[in-house]
Amino acid sequence: MNLSTSKGFIDLTARKRISAVLDKNTMRELLSPFDRVTSPWLEKQGIVPQFDDGVVVARGTLSGKKAVIAAIEGGFQGGSLGEVGGAKIAGLLELALEENKNGNPTVAVLLLETGGVRLQEANLGLGAIAEIQSAIIELREYQPVIGVITGPVGCFGGMSITAGLCSYLIATREGRLGLNGPQVIEQEAGVEEYDSRDRGLIWGLTGGTQRYATGLVDAFIDDDSDSVYDVIRDCLASGVPARHRSDDIEPTLNKLLKVDTQEQITAEIAQQVLTKGNQ
Amino acid sequence: METIQVKQTGHLASLQPVLVGCVGSGDLEVMIEPTDGPQADINIKTSVAGSEVRWQQVINMINESSPLPAMRMDIHDFGATPGVIRLRIEQALELAQVSEVPA
Repeated sequence: MNLSTSKGFIDLTARKRISAVLDKNTMRELLSPFDRVTSPWLEKQGIVPQFDDGVVVARGTLSGKKAVIAAIEGGFQGGSLGEVGGAKIAGLLELALEENKNGNPTVAVLLLETGGVRLQEANLGLGAIAEIQSAIIELREYQPVIGVITGPVGCFGGMSITAGLCSYLIATREGRLGLNGPQVIEQEAGVEEYDSRDRGLIWGLTGGTQRYATGLVDAFIDDDSDSVYDVIRDCLASGVPARHRSDDIEPTLNKLLKVDTQEQITAEIAQQVLTKGNQ
Repeated sequence: METIQVKQTGHLASLQPVLVGCVGSGDLEVMIEPTDGPQADINIKTSVAGSEVRWQQVINMINESSPLPAMRMDIHDFGATPGVIRLRIEQALELAQVSEVPA
């Protein structure tokens, strides 16, 4: 008896997420955990490392097309990017770029589950994220770069900027996208303005529903492996966008400049500002 | 963080490399690789201070119910309870000793 045909994506590990997205049996992991390239910095600070540094990178195919794909493990250090994990993603994207330049069309998928830079490796993490962003900007001229944010961690910090550079962005209701995480904003702005424990407020402002409604993500899906599998292929079929979201800074900036910061922001006001502008 | 090493004689077995788990809160990752020697060589890095006796006891319990093979085992622990530790180690051992993947 089959009670449910839906297979959740959020609960999968980074490695299983990749194999669920790629064409069956095409996943080939690069720099696997058995290579034992762990963070050289965490142990010095008394923190237990992980064999893959929380990042899985692989090659494979998507509907028969060559692809590179990276997944961040949100369970390890909040999905933070340090020197090794960051270099794995940057190197992977540069590999795809090289393939495209050599006439082998190769697309890229990023399964984002990250709080951004790993504070224990701050400058090296920032450097790696800068390299990732440069690679995306070059790569997206050849083939689509697709970002997926399903949650539970979401996508924050420098990696939220990375997400904004992707050709296409996919999110679930559970997925969140924001520059600063809720606790950081609470600490800076005060609990009266932004209570990080108020899940309704947090998801209302940064959750997938809001981000889709305001055009910051392109596709909104359920937490379901088959949906992720299908929607990535739909994005690929759309090809390289004529204009990338990050090319249109002015209109968004103009809307943001009109926000009245004296008023408490709500999901409704934020949505109105980003879709119609604040009149 | 503490580093703990456990060495004991292991029986000869054909193993494949495996990795299970994640270094997330209350969890651990266990990696097994085959070795040429006769030892079960277990290297543990754990975030929990003063847990050496507990690790030795968990390993003894597993060894009593099913003797350990000669292998290299590496563990990265992020505060897992003894129950979770045992489950993860047994999961890794089971996967490592599967000689053929069923079709």
